[in-house]
Amino acid sequence: MARVSMTVNGVQYDQDVEPRLLLVHFLRDTLGLTGTHVGCDTSNCGACTVHLDGDAVKSCTVLAVQADGSEVTTIEGIGSEGDLHPLQEAFWKNHGLQCGYCTPGMIMAGADLLAKNAAPSEEEVREALAGNLCRCTGYHNIVKAVLDAAETTKGVPA
Amino acid sequence: MITGRGRYVDDLVLSGMLYMAVVRSTEAHAKIVSIDTEGAKTATGVHGVFTSEDLDLEAPLPMVWIPPGVEVKTPETWPLAKGVVKYVGQPVAVVVGADKYGVVDAAEQVVVEYDPLTVVVDPEEALKDGSPLVHEEFGTNQTHEWTIGGGDMDAAWADADVVMERRIVNHRVAGAPIEPRACVADFRAGALTLHLTSQNPHLIRLFMSGEFGISEDKIRIIAPDVGGGFGVKIMHYPEEVIAAWASRKLNRPVKWTETRSENLTSTIHGRDQIDYVKVGAKRDGTITGLECTAICDLGAYYTLLTPFIPCFTGFVISGCYKIPNLKYTARGVFTNKMATDATRGAGRPEATHLIEVMVEQLAAELGMDSLELRRKNFIPKEDFPAEVAIGVVYDSGDYHGSLDKLLTHVDVDAFRREQEELRGRGIYRGIGFSTWMEICGLAPSRVVGPSGVGLQAGFYESSIVRIHASGAVTAYTGTAPHGQGHDTAFAQIVADRVGATPDQVDVMHGDTGTGPFGLGTYGSRALAVGGESLAQSALKVADKAKRIAAHLLEAAPEDVELSDGKYSVKGSPDKGMTLAEVAGAAYVPENLPEGMEPGLEETTFYDPTNFTWPFGAHACIVDVDAETGKVDVVRYVSVDDCGPAINPMLIDGQIHGGVVHGIGQALYERIHYDEDGQLVTGTFVDYALPSAADVPSFETDRTETPSPVNSLGVKGVGEAGTIAASAAITNAVIDALRPLGVTYIDMPLSPQRIWSAINEAGPVVGDVPHDPGKQGGEWNGHGSGSAGSGPTAPSEGGGA
Repeated sequence: MARVSMTVNGVQYDQDVEPRLLLVHFLRDTLGLTGTHVGCDTSNCGACTVHLDGDAVKSCTVLAVQADGSEVTTIEGIGSEGDLHPLQEAFWKNHGLQCGYCTPGMIMAGADLLAKNAAPSEEEVREALAGNLCRCTGYHNIVKAVLDAAETTKGVPA
Repeated sequence: MITGRGRYVDDLVLSGMLYMAVVRSTEAHAKIVSIDTEGAKTATGVHGVFTSEDLDLEAPLPMVWIPPGVEVKTPETWPLAKGVVKYVGQPVAVVVGADKYGVVDAAEQVVVEYDPLTVVVDPEEALKDGSPLVHEEFGTNQTHEWTIGGGDMDAAWADADVVMERRIVNHRVAGAPIEPRACVADFRAGALTLHLTSQNPHLIRLFMSGEFGISEDKIRIIAPDVGGGFGVKIMHYPEEVIAAWASRKLNRPVKWTETRSENLTSTIHGRDQIDYVKVGAKRDGTITGLECTAICDLGAYYTLLTPFIPCFTGFVISGCYKIPNLKYTARGVFTNKMATDATRGAGRPEATHLIEVMVEQLAAELGMDSLELRRKNFIPKEDFPAEVAIGVVYDSGDYHGSLDKLLTHVDVDAFRREQEELRGRGIYRGIGFSTWMEICGLAPSRVVGPSGVGLQAGFYESSIVRIHASGAVTAYTGTAPHGQGHDTAFAQIVADRVGATPDQVDVMHGDTGTGPFGLGTYGSRALAVGGESLAQSALKVADKAKRIAAHLLEAAPEDVELSDGKYSVKGSPDKGMTLAEVAGAAYVPENLPEGMEPGLEETTFYDPTNFTWPFGAHACIVDVDAETGKVDVVRYVSVDDCGPAINPMLIDGQIHGGVVHGIGQALYERIHYDEDGQLVTGTFVDYALPSAADVPSFETDRTETPSPVNSLGVKGVGEAGTIAASAAITNAVIDALRPLGVTYIDMPLSPQRIWSAINEAGPVVGDVPHDPGKQGGEWNGHGSGSAGSGPTAPSEGGGA
């Protein structure tokens, strides 16, 4: 067993984990943060996207031990009912989700994009989301939602 | 869901819950010589290791199509393999234990000894005399032969000036919802609660009642949030049965969650028809006949509807056209593969693809504009309800109208000028059309039932509209949404009819414990059948409410109307009663009309009189890179008619998703087994779903032609995009490459296939048409040709 210590959504955790435990399973099963999802086993689908020390990562391809000493933000941490992140608001308004399973990953990937490029073009949004698969929406409204959120947060410091 | 608080099956944790891992066959066809479970049984945390010998079930897994007069060879299918395996991924044993990773380790300790048998992979080879058999007991690999037709095919060819034949492959794909299948089974104290990623909980409950020999009321199936279905979550699978059995055996809840690899080997696949199509026409473009024989690769064992799916292709084989002579024959074939079954469109994408591709092939042959050819043959608006040659009756349609509307968005003349100019610069741009129609709103029970089509089910839909004492409203539906937004549409329908606002209506679904027997969500039926059922329950409630209000307002019931959210006497809107006031009177019933029961809730079981038949017209513009074979979808425009648009945003969402699903099959996705029956496309690395970077934004428009079948006039739209898109893309690519001598290419239109087609076609000499056989299109009448299980080049994967 290995000991990991990390902050997730602002809460400090110290846990014993198997070295092979994936970060996504640590978040879902150990910490009960089930908003981050598993959709594949080859790092293609992006449903597991979280932020690790400020960068989007696919948590299915990160070991919990690799996140030792780090700050992790999941979908639960970027906003909540009554205090939605602009992306969450935009996904809702623009019908950017149907079944909702890819949505947390899409939002986290979108947040990473907007943190680095506050005014992306449609093409830039599509490229940035190329690592997040959706089977329901055809991406049209997801792209619209991200562009809408970019518009809303224009000029507002991150 | 936007805050990560969705409740999907894998999110659920029950106290004392164990995990299940499945040991699956690595052989496509083999005898099981032995299964050594000793190592697994003694692994840490393992509570049990089980094989078919342990499972005592009263009934096998169901397949519900028993067509009168047609013999369908139906293998008995049990959850765990009994002595033999017939497809890679078939469940052989399970390990149940306390740790999620530990059970996977333990499963690797299970040693299965196989004695390999000959593998059958090519469905056309499988049909030949002397082929090795998938199921010895049937003496053949043909599962069944089913035909639908009308008119006289000999007359069709005699009347024709031109007869064309093509071999069109509609290849095997996976449904691939982003949420894999999962279940949590809690079978303690003689009652089962099963949390399941299901599109139809009540059906699952019925089947499991038979399998476990307990009455339905001892079983509760709950589908919480379901992360996409696309048909693959309709079926009743081995894993949920085994998990329930293990839970009862071990007296603990048992969770099983599929990995994506398991999803691609052991969740149903879709499509997989080789369509031999023959079409005849007069010089002026009038189509005299269309005949199709489909070789349908069904896999080794059936799931719920496997051999039935090609029937849907037959039901819409006339397309939008008045074709006097029609025949569709489905020949099903056993192979050593996973079962095919309903995946988004279920047989109708196959029909639209072959029809709309043939229409453009025919137009090219005749030297005619394909839109003019379509118009010439469209069923005119005045002819509806229209009976087509095979005997089905389309409810309503306006094919000319939707094409006209499409062309207000697409200037074809301007496109042709642009196309020529770009070609001069070495850019191959093409336009393809797909005028589609389909059959959905499943289904009129008297048509599809045991004596009719042969399904052992009804396809009505149940609903309850319950007004609570405080005036709150709950709407129960037997449909089971998984992203379609039914809650929104249903709330609107009920609210409008009972005098509430949509946010006052709570829609409940997906739990057999809370509503009557319902048939679930698939086949674009939820609004047309489920919505209509709710509308009728709501109207029954409104009717009772009017009688209560009339009684209390001392008026005649016929003088009371629901207006502006109040039940009031016509002409005196200020002296009305709100729904809450009426409910108060119903639940504190000191003054109700003579003979009226207290309470205010109504139930409806609605059985539609017909299917519904949506339609539309799509246009697609692509650029093809002649050097690399890469296709870029430049523009995609759709005009779709699903009747009155109750919620346009939801409709557009279904079209966007459906079209990308169709683009996925046309350009990127392919399930491919090699000659040993090994699944080569077993992960998302090889099975390429389109990403946001692979598709454009879409331009969607509508016509609204009500259906006479239900009071809402609605038709359903969930599958429409998928039904239309693959033909539009294929036609566009062919249009782009005709100058290079390419006249036809099979899907998936991968870069390698396109490059090969261009290079095999060679330079164009005059206007001599090139042999479509070289591009995968020829039919010589006897079913031979390139390998049926995949494309001609072995190293093709699923795309870029």
